[in-house]
Amino acid sequence: MTVDEIVRIEGGRVLATLIRLTGDFGLAEDVLQDAVVVALEQWNRSGPPDNPAAWLTTVARNKALDRLRRESRRSHKETEAFQMLADPPDPPRGDDRLRLIFTCCHPALAPASRVALTLRTIGGLTTTEIARSFLVAEATMGQRISRAKRKIAVARIPYRVPAPHELPDRLPAVLAVVYLIFTTGHHAPEGRLDARVDLAAEAIRLGRLLVELMPDEAECRGLLALMLATHARHLARLDAAGDLVLMADQDRTRWDHSAIAEAAEIVDRVLPRRMVGPFQIQAAIACLHGLADSDATTDWKQIVDLYRRLEQIAPSPVVRVNRAVAEARVFGPEAGLVLLERTDGVEHWHLYWATLAALSRQAGRIDEAARAYRSALDCEMNDSDRRFLQEQLLSLYGPDQPAPAVR
Amino acid sequence: MPTYAALIYTPAEMEGQGTQEDWAAVIAEYNEFGEKAGAAGVVAGGEALQDTATATTIHVKGGKGGELITTDGPFAETNEVLGGFYLLKCADLDEAVQWAAQIPGAWHGRVEVRPIIEWSEGE
Repeated sequence: MTVDEIVRIEGGRVLATLIRLTGDFGLAEDVLQDAVVVALEQWNRSGPPDNPAAWLTTVARNKALDRLRRESRRSHKETEAFQMLADPPDPPRGDDRLRLIFTCCHPALAPASRVALTLRTIGGLTTTEIARSFLVAEATMGQRISRAKRKIAVARIPYRVPAPHELPDRLPAVLAVVYLIFTTGHHAPEGRLDARVDLAAEAIRLGRLLVELMPDEAECRGLLALMLATHARHLARLDAAGDLVLMADQDRTRWDHSAIAEAAEIVDRVLPRRMVGPFQIQAAIACLHGLADSDATTDWKQIVDLYRRLEQIAPSPVVRVNRAVAEARVFGPEAGLVLLERTDGVEHWHLYWATLAALSRQAGRIDEAARAYRSALDCEMNDSDRRFLQEQLLSLYGPDQPAPAVR
Repeated sequence: MPTYAALIYTPAEMEGQGTQEDWAAVIAEYNEFGEKAGAAGVVAGGEALQDTATATTIHVKGGKGGELITTDGPFAETNEVLGGFYLLKCADLDEAVQWAAQIPGAWHGRVEVRPIIEWSEGE
């Protein structure tokens, strides 16, 4: 492991501890940065220490004490921080990171800020990287992060893990943030489909951390299994030419079968606990796909049942569209089309139109399919999806037919 | 311990509406909250405001000492009007939210929770 990698992996852990020790987000970030500078110098010369996290924590803590001593005018809060720091050094603890995740994903912060803060503090990503991932100007993202940090400090958003009775209200926001990070990485909003695959790997790392920190929460395990089983297919999604390959046509030897097996084992263990939530159901669906030898031998009937249950407990346009695909496989395209007709809030989502187009085509309604592909192409999407949909539209009409206009 | 202002906004159309009994029921709800939060030592102050028809908005045009302009009515005509506020002493935002959720305005309208600035000595 390079020194950079160590710093990136251990950084979130150390930062979480420093925030507990100082009670101050900004100070903790600053002194961690100072400690990293020292670490890069020393470790590159004489190799990293046995326990890099403890090393960084100690150096950063001393930097914090220095800074506070140097401040001639001390406000009340800094005195508090000073006292916390002056206590005997305390090694990093797992629950520090859990506290930090719940603070970053607090409902009093805007959802976009929760994602950014989590990636910044727990994930160790830079503001530039986060801005690029979410298609936001760097200055905007920087403002969003500093506003959120200021609100945590000024409004006193507590740095604590919610009590067990509060978890049902608070955990879904945490899981949603991690899953949003995953989906953004798995299906890049611009560029090639896999342009942000590093974010997907980061989300899986966060998912493992959540399972480690909250082993009794079935939905944490469900989320991890869902991400593993989905990410397992990512290499097969593009062919040698970089063109999109639908799941039915993918080379399944390129799937990561050990990741799928890990996901399936999690699902098998967690479902009998009967604390079923949306992530566990989606994980079960992803495993059914992952374990099938081919599209033809996939258990679509069970997938339909799972989507129907999922829609009962967590209805959303995304679930509706996925359910429509599965229903069409079992009951024919018309069954899927009926479901799509009654879907709201999807006019800007290209995959809704793409699904409508594909099912219309299967039902022999070529003109309707063409209209739907054109609507899909009017939406924002990444380059891989756009090229695929353009080719689908062109292929609707045979060589004797006039080619439809592609926008 | 930090102090939070809990600003109570209610729908403008509710102002001056309702029967005597409706009004008494709302007052009873507020009394219940006041007793509970008061007994817990959370309430550090608070007032209910007369309706916005009694409001006068003042602006001094052109900087300090400039022209005094008084206007009938609230500063901004909005769908929800400020009806009153509490000052709540709470350990952190979670605790403040928990208390604010018990203010009747939270179900009759909205309650905005904001930390007040604590001026420390020398500033």
